[in-house]
Amino acid sequence: MAHAPCPFLLMDNNQPLSHSDPRRQLRMARSMCWHCQSEVTGEYFCERCVKVQPVSKDTDYFTCLGFPRRLALDPKQLEAKFYELSRTFHPDFYQTKSTNEQTISLSNAAVLNTAYRTLRDPIQRAEYLLALETGSVKDIRTSPPADLFEEILELQDTLEEYRASDRGSDQGHRLRATLQTEQEALERRKGEMESQLRRLFADWDKLQDTGEATSQARAERDRILKQMRALLSHRTYVNNIVNDLAATIA
Amino acid sequence: MARIVGIDLGTTNSLVAYMNEGQPCIVPDRNGRTMVPSVVALTDNGLIVGDSAKKYLTRNPERTVYSVKRFMGRGLSDVQSELAYFPYSLTETGGVIRIRLGQKSYSPPQISAMILKELKLRAEAYLSESITKAVITVPAYFNDSQRQATKDAGLIAGLEVLRIINEPTAASLAYGLQKNTQGTIAVYDFGGGTLDISILKLKDGIFEVLATNGDTHLGGDDVDRVLVDLFIAEIREREGIDISGYPDHMQAVRLEAERAKIRLSDELKTEIAIELPEDKGRFTRELTRDQLESLATSVIERTLTPCRMAIKDAGLTPKDIDEVVLVGGSTRMPLVRQRVEALFGKPPHCHLNPDEVVALGAAVQADILSGGTTDMLLLDVTPLSLGIETMGGVMSSLIRRNTTIPASAKEMFTTYVDGQTGVDIHILQGERELVKDNRSLARFRLKVPPLPAGVPRIEVTFLIDANGILNVTATDMRTAQSQSIEVKPSYGLSDTEVERMIEDSFKFAAEDIGARKLIEARLDAESLIKATDRSLAEAGHLVGPEEADAIRAALSQLSTVKDGTDPHAIRARMVELEQAAKHLNTVMLDDSLKKGLQGKKISEVS
Ligand SMILES: Nc1ncnc2c1ncn2[C@@H]1O[C@H](COP(=O)(O)OP(=O)(O)OP(=O)(O)O)[C@@H](O)[C@H]1O
Ligand SMILES: [Mg+2]
Repeated sequence: MAHAPCPFLLMDNNQPLSHSDPRRQLRMARSMCWHCQSEVTGEYFCERCVKVQPVSKDTDYFTCLGFPRRLALDPKQLEAKFYELSRTFHPDFYQTKSTNEQTISLSNAAVLNTAYRTLRDPIQRAEYLLALETGSVKDIRTSPPADLFEEILELQDTLEEYRASDRGSDQGHRLRATLQTEQEALERRKGEMESQLRRLFADWDKLQDTGEATSQARAERDRILKQMRALLSHRTYVNNIVNDLAATIA
Repeated sequence: MARIVGIDLGTTNSLVAYMNEGQPCIVPDRNGRTMVPSVVALTDNGLIVGDSAKKYLTRNPERTVYSVKRFMGRGLSDVQSELAYFPYSLTETGGVIRIRLGQKSYSPPQISAMILKELKLRAEAYLSESITKAVITVPAYFNDSQRQATKDAGLIAGLEVLRIINEPTAASLAYGLQKNTQGTIAVYDFGGGTLDISILKLKDGIFEVLATNGDTHLGGDDVDRVLVDLFIAEIREREGIDISGYPDHMQAVRLEAERAKIRLSDELKTEIAIELPEDKGRFTRELTRDQLESLATSVIERTLTPCRMAIKDAGLTPKDIDEVVLVGGSTRMPLVRQRVEALFGKPPHCHLNPDEVVALGAAVQADILSGGTTDMLLLDVTPLSLGIETMGGVMSSLIRRNTTIPASAKEMFTTYVDGQTGVDIHILQGERELVKDNRSLARFRLKVPPLPAGVPRIEVTFLIDANGILNVTATDMRTAQSQSIEVKPSYGLSDTEVERMIEDSFKFAAEDIGARKLIEARLDAESLIKATDRSLAEAGHLVGPEEADAIRAALSQLSTVKDGTDPHAIRARMVELEQAAKHLNTVMLDDSLKKGLQGKKISEVS
């Protein structure tokens, strides 16, 4: 190809980087247009040669969609931004452009889609933010809430018994009724955890809005993130059991 | 930019459409027909396609291929259960089905390419320009191999396939263009061989697919089969003949079943008549719509499960759907409409021509790609989850079904043994836990520099592009070197094979076109001779004896050249005969009009 090698580096940001990551500093170095080598001042396009620019590898999903790192996002606004950026990046609009531009559009659109999918769902959004803030690349491991431990063990036994039983028999009916009650109880529990999470989300947003850097604020930040991690991990655990239960007794 | 056409490559019928002043239009043939039957026949004079090939279904069933779309991107074991229904012979080489026609074998993409070439020629003749670029539609539920096979078919036909687009979403574009709707719609596409359901959100020109589901082996063909099975059983019982042993008669049974099914969409009962082999006479029976419906119920019920799953995956309930759009010939069955209406709780929208709307939408997408319009944008999804094989024969999902495309995922690979130089990767598609229950798409071997175990870091990117087709790239994270990957498809043609097929197709193109012209001329001549014979018999007494003689002379001249090999001579004699019989036809028409009016009061006439 006659073109100079293109430094497009737009890739999925599955593994978010923390503030202290040295790779963040590379961002400036890349704000040179891959095509005309002038400095890119526009948001997505080089203002001189009007070529689309690759989203930097280090751009997090909040920045990508133009939202602050808050946990309450208006789904309508998010959608509007997603549609707007889809019109900017979608490969359909690059069919008549150069191969380089097509490649950039394709990977930018893929990142945009992942970003939107992640931020659209409040739980995934929180998990992503947690990973961003704590610099942890590992998925949040699911774990049972301590107070539910006994209950869940018992439930597993009942499930086993039900699976082995004759569904039409009296015993089958009885077990099914027990499981149904359990399912309802767990769903209530899941609901409670979700309202607790929503309160934490609000706390987080408030703390960000005040923008204080006191040690007190730092302690508050750590508290929120810690509680959020525990709650998210418990909620996923309970959610999996509820789904499993629903599938078994359906 | 050169014109891009939109093509609906259907199981039963195919169409080509283009944009004309902001409106999509279907390219008709010279008789005004818009659909090309997806049938390819090998005759003594070569391969023919479409309407003329359809005539060979009963004449020469072993050499006449129909419903080839069912075999695209598939292996023989995938279609084992339906082999008995096809009179032509199917084998498998290198994971790809091959269809035997005379001395040669053809892969499904080659047969599809013949249909595409027919559409290409039709568009070139109609638009008086050469056509080299196309958007081709596929069922939304087509997997990667089936999409790739469709793309290969385009290449073999000499078309640059700029986009593979899903049939229901194409339909939604045509629908959206016409109705300018906002809101949530469900597109239910029930054609000859496939069923698709897509749920979309339409807002300010964005067509966002929320979920899609379907069955690539469920269509009007399956309704025909329940009738065929019934007739076979009844013929066996009543006449003691196993008609399934006679391929040409079986085709007649199949076609009669389909015709009866179509008639019963408008009528409450119909007559079935089937010629029996070995001069055993005819089998006749009456078939009512009720009988058809009770036989077809199970097939139609099967279409509803994917609908329910799609609604659920979209996070909606049926009442959230503002409008249901029907696409595909099989949605003309009243029972289908009833069941769809019952499921969604509202009468479906059926003002669009269900045969044409997919091709029209493909033309709209072509217009978008060529920069003709930027008002509309389609955001489609991948219908099936994509993953790789991990330890213990389990599939690990990388991109979930209903993810908006383009979509990408990354996975880091390393080694387990010191000095290991390769890692084998097996790519899968499907929703099940175990590898063996999912579709194997491809395998490839990552090259790794010989290092201690665990040291190499190879990042593999799986990217599903806007066609729904997978692209794989790999980068060595230690050296930042990217490596080219040769992916071996599990159910597809290799690149070299496709290249050879493209060459072959060019080599034979000239020959094929010649053969096709001759066969078409002959078939047209035959129908003209038949029609003129009939006119002479019915109305010969209305013209003078000299005129009748002149017509008979032209008839016999045409009959003589018809068996020759010059299509131009045939066409020339046809024109002569048409001239000679022109007056006769006018007289006959007047006469029948007069007869029709007799016995009616004047007031009824005006
Ligand atoms: N009036 C009718 N009543 C019932 N079925 C009909 C009617 N008209 C056509 N069909 C059936 O519709 C099917 C063909 O529909 P269509 O042309 O939409 O399919 P296709 O696009 O070729 O197939 P696919 O989309 O599955 O690849 C055939 O099975 C045909 O028998
Ligand atoms: Mg169709």
